[in-house]
Amino acid sequence: MWERLPFSEYVVKAAVIVFGLTVLFDMFRQLTTGELTIALIASYLWRGLSYGLIIGLAGVGLSLTYDLLDFANFAHGDYITLSAFAGWGVAYLIAGFNQFKPGSLLFLGVGGAVYPRDVGVSVTSAPVAILFGLMVAALAGALLAIALDSAVYKSMRGAGNITLLIASVGVAFVLRYTAVYLFTQQTFGLTIDSWSYEVSLPGGTVTITSASVLLLFVSVFIMLGVHLLLTRTKLGKSMRAMAANQQLARVTGIPSEKIIRRTWLIGGALAGVAGFMIALLQGTINYQIGWTLLLLVFAGVIMGGIGSVYGAIVGGILVGLITRVSLIWIPASFTEATGFAVMILILLTRPAGIFGGDAA
Amino acid sequence: MSVQDDPIANRLPDSLVGYWESDLVKIGATLAAVYLLYLIAGLLLGYGLSGQLNSLRRLTFLIVLYSIGALVVNLHWGYSGLFNIGVVGFMAVGVYTTTILTRPVAGQNPTGTLSGLGLPLPVAIVGGVLAAALVGYIAALPSLRLRDDYFAIVTLAFAEIIRIAVKASELQEFTIFGATIGTGGGRGIRTYPNPINQFFEGTGAPIVDAVSSTIDGPLVSGWTFVLTLTLVLVCVLWLIIRIVESPFGRVLKGIRDDEEATTALGKNTGSLKIRSFMIGCGILGFLGIIWQGSQGYISPGLFVPQLTFFIWIAVIIGGAGSNTGSIIGSILFVGTIYLGPGYVRRLIEKFISLSGQATNFPDALGMLAGGDVSGILLYTLDQTSALRVILTGILLIWLLKRRPDGLFGNRREMASSIDIESRVRDRQSSDATDGGRE
Amino acid sequence: MSDLGGVDTQLLEVESLHKSFGGITALGGVTFEVESGTLTGLIGPNGAGKSTTFNIIGGMLQADSGAIQFGGEDITGESPDYIARKGLVRTFQMSREFQNMTVIENMMIAPTSQRGESAIQSITPGLREDVSEQEEDIFEKAWEMLELFDIDHLALENAGALSGGQRKLLELARALMLEPEMLLLDEPFAGVNPTLEKKLINRIERLRDKGQTFLLVEHDMDMIMDHCEQVIVMHQGDTLLTGTPEEVQSEERVIEAYLGENVE
Repeated sequence: MWERLPFSEYVVKAAVIVFGLTVLFDMFRQLTTGELTIALIASYLWRGLSYGLIIGLAGVGLSLTYDLLDFANFAHGDYITLSAFAGWGVAYLIAGFNQFKPGSLLFLGVGGAVYPRDVGVSVTSAPVAILFGLMVAALAGALLAIALDSAVYKSMRGAGNITLLIASVGVAFVLRYTAVYLFTQQTFGLTIDSWSYEVSLPGGTVTITSASVLLLFVSVFIMLGVHLLLTRTKLGKSMRAMAANQQLARVTGIPSEKIIRRTWLIGGALAGVAGFMIALLQGTINYQIGWTLLLLVFAGVIMGGIGSVYGAIVGGILVGLITRVSLIWIPASFTEATGFAVMILILLTRPAGIFGGDAA
Repeated sequence: MSVQDDPIANRLPDSLVGYWESDLVKIGATLAAVYLLYLIAGLLLGYGLSGQLNSLRRLTFLIVLYSIGALVVNLHWGYSGLFNIGVVGFMAVGVYTTTILTRPVAGQNPTGTLSGLGLPLPVAIVGGVLAAALVGYIAALPSLRLRDDYFAIVTLAFAEIIRIAVKASELQEFTIFGATIGTGGGRGIRTYPNPINQFFEGTGAPIVDAVSSTIDGPLVSGWTFVLTLTLVLVCVLWLIIRIVESPFGRVLKGIRDDEEATTALGKNTGSLKIRSFMIGCGILGFLGIIWQGSQGYISPGLFVPQLTFFIWIAVIIGGAGSNTGSIIGSILFVGTIYLGPGYVRRLIEKFISLSGQATNFPDALGMLAGGDVSGILLYTLDQTSALRVILTGILLIWLLKRRPDGLFGNRREMASSIDIESRVRDRQSSDATDGGRE
Repeated sequence: MSDLGGVDTQLLEVESLHKSFGGITALGGVTFEVESGTLTGLIGPNGAGKSTTFNIIGGMLQADSGAIQFGGEDITGESPDYIARKGLVRTFQMSREFQNMTVIENMMIAPTSQRGESAIQSITPGLREDVSEQEEDIFEKAWEMLELFDIDHLALENAGALSGGQRKLLELARALMLEPEMLLLDEPFAGVNPTLEKKLINRIERLRDKGQTFLLVEHDMDMIMDHCEQVIVMHQGDTLLTGTPEEVQSEERVIEAYLGENVE
């Protein structure tokens, strides 16, 4: 709508700064009294970073399609879920190849056919399986995104953002309950204990798991790749141009359907990676893992600014850090709520986010 | 004049079209058709009188409740342009508040479980509705500054925050200002006795005895409750019609159509949106109270986005903007997609003998590879709850592509407390007889 | 600006409005006054800043600096609905009728302070009757207005189904339902046939004679010069001059400004 008086913006910004300072102050206070230790803070930061990287990776795809096609893809969480199942099914298949029925392995031993301890998958004990699984997850995500675009969204290109949103909700539920159909509502254990590194810090130790290390490497690798893609390749430049102005891009001869397809491809692949990694990190998977992430992914994307890949990653990391570090003050049950509350606050004060252009 | 693009009217013989015009007839006919379907299914399944009555009772119960939900979503979205996908959250606020307010105070608790504030049920219900309206007020504030899809995300976030709050172990039981109350956390909490059940267990018992030779006892209180709920639906419909067919409703329509233009005409759109949202959320709170609350036990797992999704499909089938559409959409949704799969399964199980058993999908596939269809068929039929959602999703996508207005979405329900249409026609015909325009 | 407390016939006083979008200055100090009870024209080549000025006066945009007084009250920075309720109403260049509502509903939504806009009054049994009474009055007024504009035969049509010219008429008729003290008309005759245009301007003149004030943006120079008492000329975000049609027509600067652009 129209512009509002800047006065309230200043009030809110001042309030945020005051709040931030209070929080830091209290953190130092707790450190001195011993309620809080450096080790604990470090542990929260590390876990927050890991969680945040996953949210960030998932957010890239959401942010790109939100900007390009101007609709909030509520099915994105379920792209994450299904591609994670695909990736882990393959990982299990490879890891347990000659020992169990392929069908049971592919479906993660649903119904008690196979147990994690039998298959013995972890980063250190079955690296090939993990790596293959990761790639399959990325592939599955990409294919799923493109297939759904062709089947559902392509014929609705001009439909308006709310109609597309509602359609994506329909897609989300179809996908989620297809997962239920295939895998039931069971939560599957996936991994066995693996190598981890204990770092000694004042007040305790911080456990760095092999999964989180792998995640870090994979994320950096992917972020580098995406950065190169966006800045060095023709596709990347076209994507950025299209995001800025769709009609203009079409007129200047950049084929937009191709760009759209490739955007889905990238977004879907990253969703697959995010899904595989969150399952690896948690050690479990079920039909809701993507959905439970989705609102936080939205939070990250909104915080970072829709349309900005870097924004999505930074926003995701911020969300991850906020939800973990807030454990210092807020009971564990409410950490997600913290993320949502911050998102609502951002929407009210600076809907464009950190890297975003002009306001909504 | 604008053409009424009514797919069913186009297929009826002329003699019946006149009757079809009336909304009541539309609703009645659809309901009758669905009833007939279920009676036939019951007959095929060998239900006796009690069985049939119970089947229809359950059907009507869900239809009425979904109708109320759909009417609210229609008020929010179809009339005010507010995209609320946090519907279940407000239902949860209503029923949890009422439960906490009415549960016996510590020490007077016969079952020895969670205590509450011990208020009488009617008072607690009012409290629950007000609480839901209040949360609705808070949730509506962002709508003043956000466009539809961001607002939708905010409503979803609110619903999740509410679900997290009632699930949190920290709030399971706590003491505040000397009173011990709680939400029951993840395990849930017992709600309150259904006054109608209580009546038929006490003073009304003779009635039950009198009919118990022909039908099952519980059906008496069951059907009485459903009829009471139908009365509630009528009241909600009355309320919403009065809201919608009034200057207030007219401005809401304007807001949905073009909010900036409405503001340029001097209307305080923000205040109106908030009021509309609050009223709807209050009704949703009441819906939670009579729906989940009446079943005796609530837990966070009941208030899932799936339910919001189902209510929305009812609205979309019927067509956003039409109250009649919302009710008919609910009838069709509950009758076909929601309860349908279960009946189909029972019918197939009864008439087609299927051997083989598959408890999971890979096994079922294995059987299929071996040439045995029964495994996959039985497995699929077992997955009724998943099937429901998948069917709903596919229907939603199909509707959005082919018929986004639903059945009655492009109808004209005039927003005024007086009958504008007939007044205009009177003027226009008198102009014509006056010899036309100058 | 008159602040002597005497009879102030300047209904709208705009002082030194500045507005930039990004690096581009749209308005660089727009100043003018509109006298009460006049039909005043606002002209200028494309890009002069007329629409931006209207948007700022109407409250849809905030000026970076400057002041606006309406009826002696400072309305700078107020919300659009507040300004409309105060009696300063605008129409839009691209007519913004409510497409999914009928013409008659479009008309009846307009009047301010309707009893029925309170939900409680519309719902409560006794109070609803009072609302209906007012609805009858509003209906009568709306019907009269529709007849005045010759679109009463379209009363039950959805506004979205009307032709361009008919929508312009509806926009104007609807704005008049607010009984505004002053009406900002943004190209109200675009797409309207000349006979109807003549009829409309006569109606507007009659309303002007009864005391309403009109500020009109139009490109039809003959129409402006024939009917307006005052003409304000804008050019490149500035007010070039204000004067009677004769003064404006003969002013060289105006001719230059227009010659610099493609004008009809």
